[in-house]
Amino acid sequence: MANQEVDQSKRRFLIAATTAVGGVATVAVATPFVMSMLPSERAKAAGAPVEVDIGKVEPGSMITVEWRGKPVWIINRTQEMLDQLSKIEDKLSDPKLEVPQQPDYAKNATRSLKPNLMVLVGICTHLGCSPSSKLKAGEEGMGSDWPGGFFCPCHGSKFDLAGRVFKGSPAPINLQVPPHKYLSDTRLLIGVGEDGKEA
Amino acid sequence: MKKLILILSMLLPLAATANEGMALDKAPINAANQASLQRGAKYFVNYCLNCHSASSMRYNRLRDIGLTDDQIKANLLFAAEKVGEPMSVAMNKKEAKAWFGATPPDLSVIARSRGADWLYTYLRGFYRDDTRPTGWNNVAFDKVGMPHVLWQLQGEQHLKVEETTDAHGNKVESHTLVLAKPGKLSPGEYDIMVADLVNYLTFMAEPAKLQRMQLGLIVLLFLAIFFVIARALKQEYWKDVH
Amino acid sequence: MQKYLTCALNWVDERFPLTANWKAHLSEYYAPKNFNFWYYFGSLAILVLVIQIVSGIFLTMNYKPDADLAFASVEYIMRDVSWGWLIRYMHSTGASMFFVVVYLHMFRGLLYGSYRNPRELIWLFGVGIFLALMGEAFFGYLLPWGQMSYWGAQVIINLFTSIPFIGPDISLWLRGDYMVSDATLNRFFAFHVIALPLVLLGLIAAHIIALHEVGSNNPDGIEIKKLKDPVTHIPLDGIPFHPYYTVKDIMGVAVFLMVFSVIVFFTPEMGGYFLEANNFIPADPLKTPPHIAPVWYFTPYYSILRAVPPLFNSQFPGVVAMGLSVVAFAFLPWLDRSPVKSIRYRGSKYKAWLTAFVISFLILGYLGTEPSNVWGQFDAGMPVLGGADRATVAARVLTVVYFLFFVLMPWYTKNDKTKPVPERVTG
Repeated sequence: MANQEVDQSKRRFLIAATTAVGGVATVAVATPFVMSMLPSERAKAAGAPVEVDIGKVEPGSMITVEWRGKPVWIINRTQEMLDQLSKIEDKLSDPKLEVPQQPDYAKNATRSLKPNLMVLVGICTHLGCSPSSKLKAGEEGMGSDWPGGFFCPCHGSKFDLAGRVFKGSPAPINLQVPPHKYLSDTRLLIGVGEDGKEA
Repeated sequence: MKKLILILSMLLPLAATANEGMALDKAPINAANQASLQRGAKYFVNYCLNCHSASSMRYNRLRDIGLTDDQIKANLLFAAEKVGEPMSVAMNKKEAKAWFGATPPDLSVIARSRGADWLYTYLRGFYRDDTRPTGWNNVAFDKVGMPHVLWQLQGEQHLKVEETTDAHGNKVESHTLVLAKPGKLSPGEYDIMVADLVNYLTFMAEPAKLQRMQLGLIVLLFLAIFFVIARALKQEYWKDVH
Repeated sequence: MQKYLTCALNWVDERFPLTANWKAHLSEYYAPKNFNFWYYFGSLAILVLVIQIVSGIFLTMNYKPDADLAFASVEYIMRDVSWGWLIRYMHSTGASMFFVVVYLHMFRGLLYGSYRNPRELIWLFGVGIFLALMGEAFFGYLLPWGQMSYWGAQVIINLFTSIPFIGPDISLWLRGDYMVSDATLNRFFAFHVIALPLVLLGLIAAHIIALHEVGSNNPDGIEIKKLKDPVTHIPLDGIPFHPYYTVKDIMGVAVFLMVFSVIVFFTPEMGGYFLEANNFIPADPLKTPPHIAPVWYFTPYYSILRAVPPLFNSQFPGVVAMGLSVVAFAFLPWLDRSPVKSIRYRGSKYKAWLTAFVISFLILGYLGTEPSNVWGQFDAGMPVLGGADRATVAARVLTVVYFLFFVLMPWYTKNDKTKPVPERVTG
């Protein structure tokens, strides 16, 4: 069957052209299938920014709300609590907030937009348990030098009232501060930041 | 090849859709007319969504007809808090059944099951009928459970039944709707309003339709190029075969 | 580069017969050089199978086989899942196109006697594939849980009730409930996504292995293996499948995909024949739609079911006739007694019978989509037929033609005036 006068270069060109166009077609068909596995409109709607009324959070207390299926804590810290933050820095793994676990607008001494109001994702950075709140200084079982913060029941990680991890905890980095912004004095939006960025 | 033509010609009767029952009015709708779709969305939210849900339709899908999230929130979001929520209805299903005899159906895909022309005829086809519990009947849907929600706009129609004799001497009943009490809108204005609403219902039944057709053109163009190359490749190789 | 590839190929070949299989099934599988238009549909059927499997896998990621959730989950796929509408339309269009391609593939067999000795087993595997495909379509059609899904399944399952003695128990067992319900939906899902696809794949493998064992038939119905080159032992009328038929089939694929895309992107409902309007209403066990008909690819058999009159108040004869109308294809290799295979050399009797069969198949198909009063009634004054539905009478006549094509085949093929078959294939 092989014909000596076959124009091999033309054949090679046509094979390359068919392969190229066929390859483009394959990628073009694969794209919608791959994209279909991204979060759907329902998931996006469920994960949409959450508006929270913070008017009733008393100083020294906290509330938990759900955002994208995760607990988000909003802690209204008292002046004493805030004073503690700078005193314990030598006990912390990352007091300078070098690991980007917070948006830029929360990279400050209190890790917050408003000094008293702390917004944290309540998921331990070790293996994903939700730590318990031990807000009061010297709370029972936490030792007399406990400055107030959070304790993870799974593996014993400890965090302060700004979500910063204590040295010696299994958790490697600070708790995450989600993007958030204040719509008014009493309305907080979690999921979209001051800078307009979404999580 | 002759057989193929035979088969194709046999398929032709299959392609014609059978339309039984009454004659429907052609709905003057246009999926590309965003102003009409937006008006239709407004009517839908104001008049339909009180009793009917559209639980597959999310408010933010209205972006596809040129609305922004803020516009949706300000003008259309009565029954939900977030633009990502589906168009659900507050009315209790059991109560609804007690009032209307049947739960008002979800309208997400009503335009796909009924067709635009039926909806257009139906929404303009209500007439006074005191034998019905709601006081209304419909030319497209006999003994309908739904009252005429838009009657203040359309006014009151009556069904005029006339018996005439046709050319063959058979008696024929003809039904015509007569506007007995005019509503706030003129008949022409009311038709346009219903057309907008039906246009919206058709969009809502398949929001991806416009995107689908636009993409289809690109795909076909691409396949045409692919065919030309594949054909050249085939012919090049088949030069060998004698 | 070439060196490394050869090296890698050798490594594989010592452990797995890759090159040997490539040669056996592609580069040294010699196919007759005179394949025509009708020979595209085998490879296209494989293409549609791939489309169905891939789109099906992605549909299962979001579909919920639960009576309360199924309908909404399909609309969820159509709207909320990115590109879900495309995947769903590919699957719904693919279902119908699978039957289009398979029917044309089967018709090719009738034209050129592809079922004849030595290809009886290829044909039987093929009939098995066709049956599995019908099961696949039937189970899959319940999943959207619309009105047509529900009542279609209800009617078909009730057909089994007419089987004497054990019928009602079989229906009950199939449904797993006293009516089509969540239990039915759940098991149909299992059949549709796992059980039948496995059967289908196995049968397709057997179909192709058997084909490559005996070699392809061709439009002349000549065995090309009879005349081989004395030196190379390659059939004189054979050409290697690869590259000649691979490049030809790629061209066929391009044309097919254009047709497929026109449907998917511009008319996915196909005028109500691929996606029925009533199936956009959620299943309602209390309300039957005014007119129910199966999807188009089942309608010829459905027409036969309706055409057969009940006997002793039992629908059973109709059910048997419907079953036979499908299974009849399996007997073709033994019913056909013609000395030639291809229609090119057959006499006028076979041509007339095949034409009559195709026409009755198509008209029965059309009648199956319509209510039985679609053509009105005969005048009451007419003898015998007075007052009967015209369409029912037509369906009865056509059903008889349909079965006579099979029953009389041994006679009309044997004493048909055939033409001499050439030694070598023609153009």
